[in-house]
Amino acid sequence: MQNILSLPPIWYTFAILSVLTLFGALGTIMSKNPVHSVIYLIVTFFSISAHYILLNAQFLAAVNIIVYAGAIMVLFLFVIMFLNMKQESDEMKNNKLITTAVITALLLGGILIIFLRRAEKQKVDVTSFSSQTGMVEVLGKSLYGEYLLPFELVSVLFLVAMAGAVMLAKREAGERHF
Amino acid sequence: MSSFVQWLTESMFLWKALIIIVIFAITLGIAAYSTWAERKVAAYIQDRRGPNRAGWGGLLQPLADAGKMFFKEDFIPAQADKWLFILGPCLSMFTALMSSAVVPFGNSFIIGGKEVFVQAIEINIGILYVFGVVSLGVYGVMIGGWASNNKFSLLGAIRAASQNISYELAMGMSIIAILMMSGTLSVREIVLQQHGGNWNIFYQPLGFLIFTVCAFAECNRTPFDLPECETELVGGYHTEYSSMKLGFYLFAEYINMFASSAVTACLFFGGYNYPGMDFVETQLISALGANVGHNVATLIGIGSMFTKILFGIFFFMWVRWTVPRFRYDQLMNLGWKGLIPLAVANLVITAGAILSGYKLVGIWAGLGLMIVLISVGWSLRPKKKNAIMGA
Repeated sequence: MQNILSLPPIWYTFAILSVLTLFGALGTIMSKNPVHSVIYLIVTFFSISAHYILLNAQFLAAVNIIVYAGAIMVLFLFVIMFLNMKQESDEMKNNKLITTAVITALLLGGILIIFLRRAEKQKVDVTSFSSQTGMVEVLGKSLYGEYLLPFELVSVLFLVAMAGAVMLAKREAGERHF
Repeated sequence: MSSFVQWLTESMFLWKALIIIVIFAITLGIAAYSTWAERKVAAYIQDRRGPNRAGWGGLLQPLADAGKMFFKEDFIPAQADKWLFILGPCLSMFTALMSSAVVPFGNSFIIGGKEVFVQAIEINIGILYVFGVVSLGVYGVMIGGWASNNKFSLLGAIRAASQNISYELAMGMSIIAILMMSGTLSVREIVLQQHGGNWNIFYQPLGFLIFTVCAFAECNRTPFDLPECETELVGGYHTEYSSMKLGFYLFAEYINMFASSAVTACLFFGGYNYPGMDFVETQLISALGANVGHNVATLIGIGSMFTKILFGIFFFMWVRWTVPRFRYDQLMNLGWKGLIPLAVANLVITAGAILSGYKLVGIWAGLGLMIVLISVGWSLRPKKKNAIMGA
């Protein structure tokens, strides 16, 4: 008991946020209604952003909220609202499917646990740690200095994906107008 | 216990709490009186008198409206998703109130030898914070519209979602041009750099135009109020809402107007800066002493900031009662084919001007060149044989 009380406040924050993250993640896969799933997923993204702030990555937290919670999840919700989800899916009545899914999930979980146990644990040296790590200025300098080539390659990849999406969505001659 | 009291008095905590509460109260007050001002402006533009029964010049009208809202029946449709139906207006109000947290309303007060910024939180990702909150604003409308279980509400919600996503892109790109010039994401730093009449509006006329249009679209204000277009969708996303839940949706719109006017004032009109502020401050300091003089000068700065904000709100109303509503395909065409290419062109021009070393001349020359190129291209465009109107 004494141990729990003497923990620094950041540990309490971490514990509360972790509970919230797991609550959102479990709600995402366990709720029957897909719209509720999306809303739980948004809760998860928010708590992950809060974890980023705890890890001194303000920029990542803001971008995570803008891109994932603000744009991608709006699109998810948008598509799900258009679909009529009234009928029950019969996937959960298929025994073969359930068995395969359970085995795959257990295997994946086992692999994750093995890797976590063997992972190299790096301790941050408190005395030499720069408080600016993860702030916008430092991140920008390393992205556009040290990692310029990979960064530009990723941008080209995005451009290709965007052009591909436009090509797929393009209306061809003779196709009907909606 | 005594160490806690000492910490309270010595730290910024109490001052920050006071500033946050005052900003919160002023936001709500201005939003409440915006509803009165909206009717008065509408009345003036349409040559009527407007509300003039409750109080002097109708000044008690917001109170009367709030009283009416509270005493109406709070109705939840039978087939609605009850919790999400309640969550919708709460989220709208919550996100609307969050966005003014990083706005610097004034410079700083010197109290007991310490400098207290007139700003709720000063973070180095200020603009990204505003942008994140704005992008979340659509959830209240979407969730409320879907949970009502009504065709018109759902259509309104979907319109709101696609409109917000489309206009966020152009808005983000017009802000990036500002960020390239200032080199910082902190709103306070951006305002400080506009000191001495160096307002961003002179450097970014096109960026300001794009930002304003996008702000109108993000606030769901006319001419972009398609999500609540009553001629097509009954009441849009709030068709099924009544009582104070409806009140929250309507009120959130006025708070959003206040917040976006505040952000526009900070980004483009120098925030709390005003012409001749250095002269005023030196005169005040020599007359009243260093601390009191600085504080009085800050108060005048806050006054200048609120003048700009109130003019911004007036501009929102002015446009609402002047410009008719767009059609939905026109809205999408303007967003994707008009504003986004313009915002990209603005980015390129700004970057070129910064590299050339002559910012002001470079940007205006670049914009002039762009207009010439567009008009030449427009006159040389190939004529379509079977051109369809309005496409």
